Amino acid sequence: MSCAATVYHTDNINSVHVCVRELLVLIHDINFLFLSVPTTPHHDCEDEEESEKEKKVTAKTRRGNARGRARKDSEEEEETRTAGQRRQRNRRAQRKQAGNEDSDSDSESCKNKKNRANQISKQQEPNEDGEDDNKGGRKGRGKNETKQEKKPDEKGKKEEDNKTKKDKKKKGSSSSDSDSEEEPITEEELAKLKEEVEEKKKLIATLRNKPWQMKKKLDVLKEAQLFVEKFEGALGKGKGKKFYAYKVMMTKKWMKFQRDFENFKTACIPWEMKIKEIESNKISSAVVRVCILYFWVLVLCFELSTFIIFWLQVLMGKPYGTLPRKTVPRAEERTAMNFATLWDFSGLAQYSVLFYGYYNNQRTIGWLKFRLPLSYFLVGVGTIAYSYMVVIRTMARNANEEGGGDDTSFNFSWKMFTSWDYLIGNPETADNKFASITTSFKEAIVEEQENRKEENIHLTRFLRVLANFLALCTLAGSGYLIYFVVRRSQKFALEGLDNYGWWERNEVNMVMSLLGMFCPTLFDVISSLENYHPRIALRWQLGRIFALFLGNLYTFIIALMDEINLKLEEEKIVKYNMTIWEASLYNGTIPENATAPPIHVDPADVPRGPCWETMVGQEFVRLTISDTMTTYITIIIGDFLRAVFVRFFNYCWCWDLEYGFPSYSEFDISGNVLGLIFNQGMIWMGSFYAPGLPAINVFRLHTSMYLQCWAVMCCNVPHERVFKASRSNNFYMAMLLFILFLSTLPAVYTIVSIPPSFDCGPFSGKTRMFEVISETLENDFPSWFGKVFSYASNPGLILPFILLMVLSIYYLNATSKSYKEANLDLKKKLQSVRMP
Amino acid sequence: MGGSASQLPRDLLGEYQELTFLTKQEILLAHKRFSELLSKEERESILQKRVPKSKILTLPELRANPFRDRICRVFSTSEDGDGSMSFEDFLDMLSVFSDSATSEIKSHYAFRIFDFDDDGTLDRKDLEKLVNCLTGEGDETRLSESEMDQLIQNFLQDRAVMALRPF
Repeated sequence: MSCAATVYHTDNINSVHVCVRELLVLIHDINFLFLSVPTTPHHDCEDEEESEKEKKVTAKTRRGNARGRARKDSEEEEETRTAGQRRQRNRRAQRKQAGNEDSDSDSESCKNKKNRANQISKQQEPNEDGEDDNKGGRKGRGKNETKQEKKPDEKGKKEEDNKTKKDKKKKGSSSSDSDSEEEPITEEELAKLKEEVEEKKKLIATLRNKPWQMKKKLDVLKEAQLFVEKFEGALGKGKGKKFYAYKVMMTKKWMKFQRDFENFKTACIPWEMKIKEIESNKISSAVVRVCILYFWVLVLCFELSTFIIFWLQVLMGKPYGTLPRKTVPRAEERTAMNFATLWDFSGLAQYSVLFYGYYNNQRTIGWLKFRLPLSYFLVGVGTIAYSYMVVIRTMARNANEEGGGDDTSFNFSWKMFTSWDYLIGNPETADNKFASITTSFKEAIVEEQENRKEENIHLTRFLRVLANFLALCTLAGSGYLIYFVVRRSQKFALEGLDNYGWWERNEVNMVMSLLGMFCPTLFDVISSLENYHPRIALRWQLGRIFALFLGNLYTFIIALMDEINLKLEEEKIVKYNMTIWEASLYNGTIPENATAPPIHVDPADVPRGPCWETMVGQEFVRLTISDTMTTYITIIIGDFLRAVFVRFFNYCWCWDLEYGFPSYSEFDISGNVLGLIFNQGMIWMGSFYAPGLPAINVFRLHTSMYLQCWAVMCCNVPHERVFKASRSNNFYMAMLLFILFLSTLPAVYTIVSIPPSFDCGPFSGKTRMFEVISETLENDFPSWFGKVFSYASNPGLILPFILLMVLSIYYLNATSKSYKEANLDLKKKLQSVRMP
Repeated sequence: MGGSASQLPRDLLGEYQELTFLTKQEILLAHKRFSELLSKEERESILQKRVPKSKILTLPELRANPFRDRICRVFSTSEDGDGSMSFEDFLDMLSVFSDSATSEIKSHYAFRIFDFDDDGTLDRKDLEKLVNCLTGEGDETRLSESEMDQLIQNFLQDRAVMALRPF
């Protein structure tokens, strides 16, 4: 495992190096290209090419079919190194003597000349040119031989075209020995040649898709590459020759860079090894991958947001202790560093970068004149927008893939050909899989044989109605419980929290977490009444848990709103008190209307106004932490301890623990995925008020990933009934989108309608938070911009725009519906053609 | 084992990347796993060696697979037909089974794997063998004769004997 890890890490670093190096080489080549002198005479450039060819020939002689001939060629070239044009004639003459590659080699050498003349810019790539030009001569014959047998007919014909073309060229160029600039290549030949080169390029790109053996593919690849190299230069004739060569080179480099970047990206997926291990050993490959995708997206997404404001504030803002809002007030100082206070996220943690209240409302900070309030606002809005985009893009992509394959037709074909899971590597899992396949075959056969009448359709319906009723009751009960608990906590807060123990203080969070732990199992039990197909049962289950969490979250938010209102009222009182306090400072030392020297007061002594934003942030952070704790405890107790209990007490227990109740636990797909989604929803809600929350969440995701992996490997058994979970992929994404929408609602509401606290945060002093934008427009942009903006935000302009968007949505919806119908029609026609 | 990375020449690595659906790391990993199957002396000339089928089947990924024999046979390029695989065959196999391979090439090879008698068609005998492989080796899991008949009957109702192309 460590060996693999080192390979992974070194490869990771290597990929980064390669990527960066590619970029640098790219940039270097661009510069060099534009600096290169275009008037180098042919002789000199031929000189250079020759010498380079020699070097390359010796380096790469191990490849290719005709090794002997390579050495011979290099020797010939060494001899003919002296003069300019004579070199060409000599070489051609020697080649004529050398073998029967007459026409090809002649035209090859002519082509070589042309290539060199045209590819002045390619001096920076001596490798490929030099080698391939030379090898072109050698390969010409090899090409002709192998082409006939291997390539499909059309290409064979093209090759013959090529040959005749080469003959023509040879005749044409033999007359123009000395002057290789004007070639008699006509326009149509050029076009044909271009076509062929394009085709060869396409062949290279699709080569990996061909079901040939590797050796054959290698040969075809080499030939195609040679061909493309050789004739590409010739194509860049005339006006745009330099540009064309440049374009070709850039395309090549870009493709190489892209490939390296792909490698780098795959190396970046964390825990790739762990996932593969789990997949092969246990179960639920598709869902594990889904989870991992989530982790990845979320981690990535939020690293971004935290970094910008978080670190800028740390680096550039005034440090702790200099401003009143950044200091722990005198009254709380005594307990500021206690663990209990810190765990509660008050005390020192409250007056830190983690929360909204720490940020100063100065318009610009630091020597960079960084606009902190503006950036805070924009980053908050931007992350939400980015999240929307990512989720919707993923959904669209998944929708494309899922398109084909409806469940009902060709049922048996699907079962026969696609039931085996090729990722299974464990014999135990394989046995399970065999059993489940057999069961599913037998079931399918039986179902086909007799139209299974619903034995008792009324009973089933009654049971289902009963189950739904019970579920509704549970939901209502949990909603009321939370409401009750929140009211109680408000009562506690009013009476002062110090009077109560730990349970009372954390009651809300604990109740929510406990509900989240027990209600899903309750729903599971209820759903056994219903007797649905597992996939449908899963969806019902998910739907109910979804409703549960949603209800909880929204009750929580309503409770928060009450507290916010309380704090706002408190603010008015504090404001009044502050004016009195300030007056008392200057008591008797100032004559009226005189500017007094500012009296220095220690920041800790300044009376502080309440800060509802920080309070909201704190609540969310506490909720996240308690959620994390609940998850860990559930895993440890529910999986690990249970497994230990079953394993060790099995000997001395009345019934078989391993097969009956409780047995080992299976990996709970739906619970975990929902937990992830709701965790993300909370982060989205809270991150505006607690910028450090995403960072905390990243840390939590990392640790819980490792914990889960260990739990799965150690305590879980593969599922008994295995079904295609991947089709639910879009379902999860849809839920994520819905949660995203619901999470942004409260945040947006508070931004738009509640005034920010006067004493803390980057927006303090303004009437509404979004005023920071109008302030920026006034101060930082030229005046005409403000005018333009005010025209653009005129309702008379905005309303027609909204109307236009609604109309376009309607139109797109209509066209997509019609496409779907056309699709279905075609499918039906296809079926009827196949089975007349 | 870090030395195995240096044994695969860079240009060859580039070509393999071009010709398969694998990334560079995956090719290097495949190289490592393949060289573990060879004895120490043979590791020097890894590209020319063929590994016998019995050794390939010890790989954990293939061990539990019911189609392991067919897979080895389909991807092997040995003239004796003994199912031994060279490194390039191994890479081919990994490329086809990888996530990024297109469905065309996957379906092509799937057809060849399921075609137990190599006659280019999937007929009744092939299907029987296929179902038996899927339901495992044990007696209790196998389908009975009548069940098998029924299954194949239903399947063939869906389509007639299939040839390579429409698959």
